[in-house]
Amino acid sequence: MNEEREKEEEAVEKRELIKDGKRLDGRGFEELRPIKIEVGVLKRADGSCYFELGENKVIAAVYGPKEMHPRHAQDAKMAVVKFRYNMAPFSVDDRKRPGPDRRSVEVSKVSREAFEPVIMREFYPKAAIEVYVEILQSDAGTRTAGINAASVALADAGIPMKDLVSSVAVGKIDGQVVLDLNGTEDNHGEADMPIAMVARTNTITLLQMDGHLTAEEFGRGLKLAMGACRQIYELQRAALIERFSSSNSGSKSEKGGNKNGT
Amino acid sequence: MGLEIMDEIKQNYVANLVASGKREDGRGFREFREISVERGVAERAEGSARVKIGDSDVLVGVKLDVGAPFPDTPNKGVIITNAELVPLASPEFESGPPREDSVQLARVVDRGIRGSEAIDLERLCIEEGEKVWIVFIDIHILDNGGNLVDAAALGAISALLNARIPFEKWGLPAPAGEGEEEEGRESSRLPIRETPVAVTTAKIEGKILVDPNVNEENAATTKLTVISNADGSLSGMQKSGSGGLKEDEVLEMVELGIEKAGEIRENFL
Repeated sequence: MNEEREKEEEAVEKRELIKDGKRLDGRGFEELRPIKIEVGVLKRADGSCYFELGENKVIAAVYGPKEMHPRHAQDAKMAVVKFRYNMAPFSVDDRKRPGPDRRSVEVSKVSREAFEPVIMREFYPKAAIEVYVEILQSDAGTRTAGINAASVALADAGIPMKDLVSSVAVGKIDGQVVLDLNGTEDNHGEADMPIAMVARTNTITLLQMDGHLTAEEFGRGLKLAMGACRQIYELQRAALIERFSSSNSGSKSEKGGNKNGT
Repeated sequence: MGLEIMDEIKQNYVANLVASGKREDGRGFREFREISVERGVAERAEGSARVKIGDSDVLVGVKLDVGAPFPDTPNKGVIITNAELVPLASPEFESGPPREDSVQLARVVDRGIRGSEAIDLERLCIEEGEKVWIVFIDIHILDNGGNLVDAAALGAISALLNARIPFEKWGLPAPAGEGEEEEGRESSRLPIRETPVAVTTAKIEGKILVDPNVNEENAATTKLTVISNADGSLSGMQKSGSGGLKEDEVLEMVELGIEKAGEIRENFL
């Protein structure tokens, strides 16, 4: 692990995030990190999911539909979705001060908006549907991992949805548009663009961009991310089917985007 | 409650208008409201600008301070962007700690400045690892007529272009690379090398329109802010609102954003 880190740092010094057509972790440009999904991992929550994306480890829980508090915030026509994205203080190299900061407030907002188009909120007027995402370990792409986890947890909770939401980021490193940046790539890359998508209808429900891209690179990155969302969708779906088709109370689904992965 | 009913009636009215190809204020779908930019309006600030887009009125002040750099960028200045949606600007704004709308507003404006590398931060280094210039960009919303992001972003870059580094006041030498400045100056220009411009488009009834006013914002399911540079490249993007977008809609919004940003840059920066 340490040796790997040192090697990575050396490559970063030389500004070589790509060598011989491969990335530092051995992936190709259009390759996802390994993904692992476990459904129904918490006993108290109405729905839950543990999601790994490379070295990202996140857990999502869903409570509700339940009565919305405070009452003045109720919507007489539909349920209110609450989404809280929170990083554990130990999830990053330099301890993160606990509690919401500006970044997590923004991530929570855009993540909530990524789900509002699919959750059938009109079935539950005056109710609240609460989604809690905890980042246990972070290595770039936590908001996308959080959305993927939340999506499965919402389905696990039996919340009526038009479809699952799947999410991934694309970015630019060494002038190349690549899929799913890891931490090192994100720190030294030129752009990062997370998206979330409803796979069945190809509807984009989250789109952010940070950094520098030409319009052509943007278009290409968007296509790449949309394709990867479809892959992730299949994994989410498979994990849910496995959970509810067997008599097991918990289930696992693993798929390596990278054979050298963990 | 009464206000909510009025809001809903307005929402339907605006949506129906858009569906029939019209806008509440008679504009075309690809047409901005009237824009005005006034620089140097706050004399205590090192740089400032007041931007109006239609009814929206935003004041941006830039203050400079000397402080420590971030440990991972010891030779670079620091940008801190903050936005306040003060209660005088809208019946919906409340006093208190910043809520998600103001956090998002500040972070999107910040993203554009950062992503485009508009400020040459290395030239804001005073003593590596010890002392750098800290640039505070404070966005004060005075009247919310809709599309605050574009007004705030235009205000921010205008205020930065207007800002001067008060090195004499701090007993510091003129920042490096300021060859053109004459002797005896007390301040020098902030090193600005790019002019990012934010353009927000909204989707209402499946139609894409630029620069939504406040009623259009309420009627819109989705908005996309596109921040672009002088060469037409992109330096930031943010989708907001509880709707979704198709790929061709996103591409249309990006193209429209770049085109409109060019017009705004030409006329106001």
